[in-house]
Amino acid sequence: MEILNLEGTSDTPKIILDKGNKIFEISGRSLPEDSVEFYKPVLAWIGNYAKEPLAATSFTFRLEYFNTSSSKLILDVLSALEEIPGMQIEWCYQEDDEDMEEAGKEFSELVEIPFSYKTV
Amino acid sequence: MKFIYDMHQMMVAHKVILIYEGDFTQETTKSILTMAERNLDSSGEESTIKKKIFNVMVEALQNIVKHSDEAKDGGSTDPGHHAAIFLIGHEQSQYSIMSGNPVKTANTGPLKAALEKINSLDKDGLKELYKEIIKNTSISEKGGAGLGFVDMARKSGEKLEWAFIPMNDEFSFFCLKVNIVKTKEAVTNE
Repeated sequence: MEILNLEGTSDTPKIILDKGNKIFEISGRSLPEDSVEFYKPVLAWIGNYAKEPLAATSFTFRLEYFNTSSSKLILDVLSALEEIPGMQIEWCYQEDDEDMEEAGKEFSELVEIPFSYKTV
Repeated sequence: MKFIYDMHQMMVAHKVILIYEGDFTQETTKSILTMAERNLDSSGEESTIKKKIFNVMVEALQNIVKHSDEAKDGGSTDPGHHAAIFLIGHEQSQYSIMSGNPVKTANTGPLKAALEKINSLDKDGLKELYKEIIKNTSISEKGGAGLGFVDMARKSGEKLEWAFIPMNDEFSFFCLKVNIVKTKEAVTNE
C-alpha cells in the first residue's frame, strides 16, 4: 500500500501513514487555512487502509497545537478510524499541557476507540 | 509627524505590545504568530500561558481572515476603510488579545446571540457546547458556527468582552477582547 508522507510546515502537521512499517502518526501543528482540503488525502488514505487493515493498528497523535477548524477534521479522522477493527489511539502531549490532555479526553468521549495517553 | 509620537504614547498608555492594521491573510496570520511567539519567548513567559495566547490568537486572526469578504464590500472605495485591526496588550496581571473588523450590521444578530450564549456558560457548559458543535456541524459549515469563540472562551477562562461600534448605515465594527490572566506566582515575580 502507498505511503502517505507529508512534511510538517509552520501551519500544517507532519503526517506519516505507512502500513508496511506500521507507522501511523500525525504530529506538530495544525492550523491550515483550509483544513477540509488539507485532511482530504489523509481521509482518503484511511478509507483505503480500512479495506485491508492490519490485525491491530496503533495510531499516534502527537500534536503541539491545533485550531478549531482542524479539530473538526481530527474528529472526522477519528470517526474514519473507528470503523477499523483492532484500532487504538495513542494520544501524546507535553507534560504541562493540560489543554492538549483535555482535548484527547474529549475526543475519546466522541468516538468508540480505546485511547491511551502518553506524555512526551 | 506628531501622530507618530501620539500613536506611541497611546500604545504605551494602553499597554499595547503589538498592533497590526490592514489586510489579513493566512500569511499575515503566520507572520504575526511568529512575531508574538518570539516576543513571548524572550519575555520568558510560562509555556501554559504562551500556549493559551497562541490558541486565542489563531482563532481571532483566522476569524478575521474568514470574514474578510464582508469587510471587502464596505461600500467605500477607500481600501483602508475595510481593513481590520489586531492588537495584543500586556498588563501586569494579564495579556489581552484584541481584534476589530467590520461586519454587516444586518448580520450582527446571530453573532451577538452566540457571544451572549457563550458568556452565560460556565466551564462545563462550554465543554458541552464545544462537543455539541463539533459533533453536529456538517463539512460545509466547518470553521463556522462559533466554535472559535467557544474555544477562545475556554482557553481564556474569562468572559469574552465585545462591542459593535456603528460605522455607517450598513456596517458595524466588531470589537473583541479576550483576556489571558497570568498565574499568581508569575505576577508576583514580575
